[in-house]
Amino acid sequence: MDGKALTSSLLYLDGVKVSFDGYQALRGLSLALTPGEMRAIIGPNGAGKTTMMDVITGKTRPDEGDVYFAGSIDLTALDEAAIAELGIGRKFQKPTVFESHTVEDNVLLALKAPRAAAATLFGRDEAGIHRRIDAILATVGLSDLRAHLAGGLSHGQKQWLEIGMLLAQDPKLLLVDEPVAGMTDAETAQTAQLLRSIAKDHSIVVVEHDMAFVRDLGVKVTVLHEGAVIAEGPIDQVSADPKVIEVYLGR
Amino acid sequence: MTASFGRGRAAVAATRDLICGIALAILLCLAWGTPARADAIDDTLARFASDKFPETEKAIGELAASGATTAAAILDALGENRLLFNPSTRAVYYKDAAGTLFDAKTGEKAGVEAGGLKKVRLNNAVRGALEAAKGDMSILSPDPARRLAAAESVFKSRDQSAFAKVEAALAKETDTRIKLAFEQARAALLATKVDASEAQRLEAIATLRARGDQDAMGLLEAASATAQGAVKAAADSAIASLNLTLAVWKNLQNVWYGLSLGSVLLLAAIGLAITFGVMGVINMAHGEMVMLGAYTTFIVQEWIRAYQPGLFDYSLAIAIPLAFAIAGIAGIAIERLVIRFLYGRPLETLLATWGISLILQQAVRTGFGPNNRDVGAPSWMAGSFELGGLSITYGRMWIIVFTIGVFLALQLVLRATPFGLRMRAVTQNRRMASSMGINTNRIDALAFGLGSGIAGIAGVALSQIDNVSPNLGQSYIIDSFLVVVFGGVGNLWGTLVAALSLGVANKFLEPFVGAVLGKILLLVFIILFIQKRPRGLFALKGRAVEA
Amino acid sequence: MTSARLLDLRGAIFAVVLIAAAILVPIAALAVPPASPFHVPAYVIALTGKYLCYALLAVALDLVWGYCGILSLGHGAFFALGGYAMGMYLMRQIGARGVYANPNLPDFMVFLNWHDLPVAWWGFNSFGYALLMVLAVPGVLAFAFGWFAFRSRVTGVYLSIITQAMTYALLLAFFRNDMGFGGNNGLTDFKDILGWNVQAEPTRAALFSLSAIALLIGYLIARAVTMSKFGKVLVAIRDAESRTRFLGYRVENYKLLVFTLSAMMAGVAGALYVPQVGIINPSEFAPANSIEAVIWVAVGGRGTLVGAAIGAVLVNFGKTYFTGALPEYWLFALGALFVLVTLFLPKGIVGTLGQLFARERRAAVGARGNRVPAVAE
Ligand SMILES: Nc1ncnc2c1ncn2[C@@H]1O[C@H](COP(=O)(O)OP(=O)(O)OP(=O)(O)O)[C@@H](O)[C@H]1O
Ligand SMILES: [Mg+2]
Repeated sequence: MDGKALTSSLLYLDGVKVSFDGYQALRGLSLALTPGEMRAIIGPNGAGKTTMMDVITGKTRPDEGDVYFAGSIDLTALDEAAIAELGIGRKFQKPTVFESHTVEDNVLLALKAPRAAAATLFGRDEAGIHRRIDAILATVGLSDLRAHLAGGLSHGQKQWLEIGMLLAQDPKLLLVDEPVAGMTDAETAQTAQLLRSIAKDHSIVVVEHDMAFVRDLGVKVTVLHEGAVIAEGPIDQVSADPKVIEVYLGR
Repeated sequence: MTASFGRGRAAVAATRDLICGIALAILLCLAWGTPARADAIDDTLARFASDKFPETEKAIGELAASGATTAAAILDALGENRLLFNPSTRAVYYKDAAGTLFDAKTGEKAGVEAGGLKKVRLNNAVRGALEAAKGDMSILSPDPARRLAAAESVFKSRDQSAFAKVEAALAKETDTRIKLAFEQARAALLATKVDASEAQRLEAIATLRARGDQDAMGLLEAASATAQGAVKAAADSAIASLNLTLAVWKNLQNVWYGLSLGSVLLLAAIGLAITFGVMGVINMAHGEMVMLGAYTTFIVQEWIRAYQPGLFDYSLAIAIPLAFAIAGIAGIAIERLVIRFLYGRPLETLLATWGISLILQQAVRTGFGPNNRDVGAPSWMAGSFELGGLSITYGRMWIIVFTIGVFLALQLVLRATPFGLRMRAVTQNRRMASSMGINTNRIDALAFGLGSGIAGIAGVALSQIDNVSPNLGQSYIIDSFLVVVFGGVGNLWGTLVAALSLGVANKFLEPFVGAVLGKILLLVFIILFIQKRPRGLFALKGRAVEA
Repeated sequence: MTSARLLDLRGAIFAVVLIAAAILVPIAALAVPPASPFHVPAYVIALTGKYLCYALLAVALDLVWGYCGILSLGHGAFFALGGYAMGMYLMRQIGARGVYANPNLPDFMVFLNWHDLPVAWWGFNSFGYALLMVLAVPGVLAFAFGWFAFRSRVTGVYLSIITQAMTYALLLAFFRNDMGFGGNNGLTDFKDILGWNVQAEPTRAALFSLSAIALLIGYLIARAVTMSKFGKVLVAIRDAESRTRFLGYRVENYKLLVFTLSAMMAGVAGALYVPQVGIINPSEFAPANSIEAVIWVAVGGRGTLVGAAIGAVLVNFGKTYFTGALPEYWLFALGALFVLVTLFLPKGIVGTLGQLFARERRAAVGARGNRVPAVAE
């Protein structure tokens, strides 16, 4: 990475190192995402994909390295809430929704609105809020289940709900960790389509193991292995890379 | 709190020792009464019976010089108005503290009624003679313990009149310990003696400096105040060096007290460290496991008192495995019957185990009554000894040794047995361990049994220094939790460091702020500490613990 | 949106019962002749008044535990602090009527040979100031405590343990004479409140009514909080704290706010409690008291507010009954209650009943999908 990227990238990671009890999960990871870009990240289990998202969202502090958002905001100095407020949304690998809230309330909580305690305690619901919730629920196909408790949803439905929550947040940058795990092929295709349409006015980083899905997205791919980037480029190029074949795709 | 109970118990032990000592003395008197001196002593005793003060005074001197076996007892009795005589037969008797009547000549139990006897009267002159005689007799007494005590008493009283006798005793003394005591007594006298030579004084100062305690310090200060020249310089240099050593000893003593308290905390907390560390289970009934151990000790001792009094010194050794078993089984039962259903719900577990603790407390209260039960100390736990400037009670010392033993044994179990290996695996990553084929249910139950069993043996130790009552466990539970949390969950060394450092910190705070405020300060410190480092001093890291 | 009425059916019944009690009980105690079957004897008023204070404490605890997942084992401390603030006012009201007849100093200070009123006691001869302190002292303590704890993300059992340590430290502190709050004996021998004799029946009846009204107000505040979006965030925090952070909510601020509010409610409960029982001493800080309050909430059903209040009244009624009739067995019963409720009635009475009704209703509507209990992993 060179200095130019620092100013123009939406997300910029350089030489990020993270270790847990001596185990190096990230060993000098560098990555730059241009505004409006959608990027797919692949890599074997334990490559550090989720850890990278943890670093970006403030869950894990890197031992070394720089993480910048929108050119100049140092994410390593901020906590999760501040980073989310900046406009970085995240879908977790293991779907986490608020189980004892209804589907609708889950979306309501995610909806872009003032987050301060005073605002939620005394604030009135904005006009048009119902329409926005309706629209999101329709997009993720959960309109019929709106009054159900999220804890009762199936795994796939929870995945959709999380995507819905991500939409509701309307972030500048979406980090999506394995969105199609546990989905049928049809649903997978649907998700790919949804992501592509979101990508029109958002930047997205998608982590996925499903190669068909990644191919379907048709975007630049970054391959992670043992906490560092080993290849980057169009899907056809990286899937022909012998190193990638050896560590990830298999013969 | 603990300390004062300990003291109470020590007092009890001391009186018991005294009674035993008296009984022993009487026994010896009976066995080795020397008939050869019988005639001389008859005359002496007759003087007591003459009921005249000068005669009594004379009798005292004679008796002290006679070396009669009953002499000490007679003089003691006289001092406390327990010396009696029969005005008609002129036979002399004394009562012991309990009121039993003995023949003054033979020391045997006297077969007469006390009714017709008269007391031998005392006045100040007699009292003076009595004191002097006692001192003389002790200095020259055949009993080493008495001589030692006499030497100490001269050292403390600085009674110049005893100088000649001390010299004499010193010349005769063969026991090195007593000899040293006499040398120190002599030094104490010389240090302030007006006509002592400079060489004698310097020697005295050296002796006192070698003794090195607070009393020696006082004497040296007195010497420094009156002397000049080389003697004063020597005294001052001795004072300076003593000040330093005394301060060092004082701090060491604090460290010792702290270690002792810390080892108690460690004993109470270590079982908890296992259950909390392995299962993330807060067992509020942990304190009651300690209590069960203490009551087991009580029952064992009751049984021994009733059936096998000779085994009393082994009572703790018998109680330890029993306490381990009883508390361990109780722990396994609790785990199987209640906690098992609450895994993953730590707050509910906390509440349910609190309920269990209430039930156990009440059960013990119903069964054994609400009052403190008396658990005795075996002879090897009683008493104390000096180590340099440290005064160390055997009870505390053995508890520390015991704690170290338990800790090492536990480390051994965790490091060197298959069970320990599995348990550590479960601690670090439950899901992974389970998918590797480890039966986590079984490990949970056994770990719970192990933790509770250790609490049980902690109870055996605590029965020696704290009150055995249904509330015993409650007084340790909060402290134990703080120790575990402070040390870091899942790390026994952390628990060790936490317990010992809290114990020592507590003892160093106490002199400045008092026991209660010291405790409050430590609580506040731990509260703040946990907020800085929520995972404790030595925390395990990793995803497994984050849940 | 799910029905967001401040008073649902359950709440409405609760409110009506409390208002009725606040009006009718004093009438039944004062106006109805003792011979009548409708007469309420003085001891019943005292007892139920006490229960109502406990119920308010339970509602306060439910607000943090039931909705935000903060299991405080130290709420008894806030209750006691509110009680002490009220007790200090009542002590100052004694004036020269104490045993030592000192117009400025309470008896225990004279006894300790003190000559000046400690600074902490200044102002407590004013009722308004005392009321302020009833709210402020627990509030400030909770705020300071929460500031550190929530910011450093102390959660779960760790938080529970340090709240317990907090109340334990206060217990030790208040036992000390030189703290200046009466040491071991605490504050007692109160004479009057706002000029009325605290022992007199009308005063007691008034205190009872006040307790009922305070409970109702406390309930309404708690209800309003939990019905707001703020309340939804609280539940989100309870269910998935870190997820809530990633949505941009400052979890520590939410917790801090609700914890402080709850502590102030507990303080009010303590303040109403003290004149009714006539004494406040350090044993109110005992960790066991705080845990007992938790079981009230668990019995009634956490996260239901009304259930917490009902649980408090039921358990304390049981306690009164047992300690009178079978004193030996009270701790057995209480202990068993802890175990059985956590094992078999995790939602408590009200929660379980509510679930049954909801299922029936849903069955009637024909909709499927009953809730799977949330199992943390
Ligand atoms: N909090 C943590 N504590 C300890 N080890 C961790 C932690 N987080 C991640 N790791 C380790 O870091 C490595 C990278 O993990 P990460 O979850 O980032 O992999 P991943 O690429 O997302 O894998 P997957 O495809 O299976 O999701 C793994 O070996 C993991 O065990
Ligand atoms: Mg991952």
